[in-house]
Amino acid sequence: MNTDKLLNAKGLACPMPIVKTKRSMNDMETGQVLEIHATDKGAQADLAAWSRSGGHELVQSTEENGVFKFWIKKG
Amino acid sequence: MSVKEMTAKEVAEKVINKDELFILDVRNESDFNDWKIEGQNFEILNTPYFDLLEGVEEIMDSVPTNKDVLVVCAKEGSSVFVAEMLSEAGLSISYLKGGMKAWSEHLEPVKIGDMENGGEIYQFVRLGKGCLSYMIVSNGEAAIFDSTRNVGIYVQFASSIGVKITHVFDTHLHADHISGGRKIAEITNATYWIPPKDAEEVTFEYSPLEGGNVVTIGNTELDILPLYSPGHTIGSTSFVIDEKYLLSGDILFIDSIGRPDLAGLAEDWVGDLRETLYNRYRELSDDLIVLPAHFMIIEELNNDGSVAKPLGTLFAENHGLNITDEAEFRQIVTANLPPQPNSYQEIRETNMGKITPDDEKQREMEIGPNRCAVR
Repeated sequence: MNTDKLLNAKGLACPMPIVKTKRSMNDMETGQVLEIHATDKGAQADLAAWSRSGGHELVQSTEENGVFKFWIKKG
Repeated sequence: MSVKEMTAKEVAEKVINKDELFILDVRNESDFNDWKIEGQNFEILNTPYFDLLEGVEEIMDSVPTNKDVLVVCAKEGSSVFVAEMLSEAGLSISYLKGGMKAWSEHLEPVKIGDMENGGEIYQFVRLGKGCLSYMIVSNGEAAIFDSTRNVGIYVQFASSIGVKITHVFDTHLHADHISGGRKIAEITNATYWIPPKDAEEVTFEYSPLEGGNVVTIGNTELDILPLYSPGHTIGSTSFVIDEKYLLSGDILFIDSIGRPDLAGLAEDWVGDLRETLYNRYRELSDDLIVLPAHFMIIEELNNDGSVAKPLGTLFAENHGLNITDEAEFRQIVTANLPPQPNSYQEIRETNMGKITPDDEKQREMEIGPNRCAVR
């Protein structure tokens, strides 16, 4: 998947993964994709819900060896 | 204004005392809808923390200034984050220490009553998950029933009242929470009992709990009489204690009855469930105090925080005991069942000893309501 920016939020606990995601998103253009890596399990449901409420699109998410990866397209 | 910490124990006391509390739950909407803190005089507002990153102005008008306000999240971090913002805006705020994880695990011991020849019975109320476990004490010895996995609480409680745990029972193989029974037995050298019909796949040694065998604790002073009562699981066993108490496990609750589907065999077990509730239990004394292994709604709590009612009252008031038409009963307990408990298959496998998840994983498996009943 095409990624315009990568955010490493591994090792961060709630609420920091979303705080950082939001900050990164602020510097991006509509349609660009942010890739996020996180280890906090709660980030899964929260990033999905945050994307919906902010009008962004969670394009894809994966989990591998305890690392969650998300691709969010700015809306 | 300062941010204060509130413990799960303090919240539990507010539930039992029916105190007022305003809860701002900052988890995402689906987690909130799935499961939340309930109290009769609690008011609750759900606004996810990620909608408050820019500030708390939008909720300031909804947060009261004339009662205690508690911010709650899954683990703690986000509630501190939001509480600090509200505090900076001039409000006096607390956050829940350890979040919903701590709430899920907190146990509140409540004394139910005394035994005929000395001794007491205690109920351990797990408010966050609706699980009830028991300790019966007689002449320096104690028996534990349906313990949660926080075994330290039972061991410490026993030692604080000067009794030795000699028998540990599970009324059935649990699907909603991880049993601490085996672990307590290991720590205290007690005997661990589980019904053999629920234990066909377990990987450890146990004493087979079957109807008819009488266990005595405290030098013949107290008899524990198991009563085979299948329906929630095929092995489900109740106990009549001291001819006064009926430990009904997950078969009969105060305002609901057990569901027969959590081991995947609803159609097979619905007949057993009906037989237990409509015949076997009918033969017992109406005066027995029913002590179930769960409650579902906060209204089931008595004024002292206990969950207990006479069997006769349940025969009169519990809808699940008053469905005369057998076909209708069958329909109600096999169709339109509530969703199954979170991770219930993994929890069953853990309780069989087949898998051994670490503490953090066990905690996550248990998050959410118990959902063992059908109303």
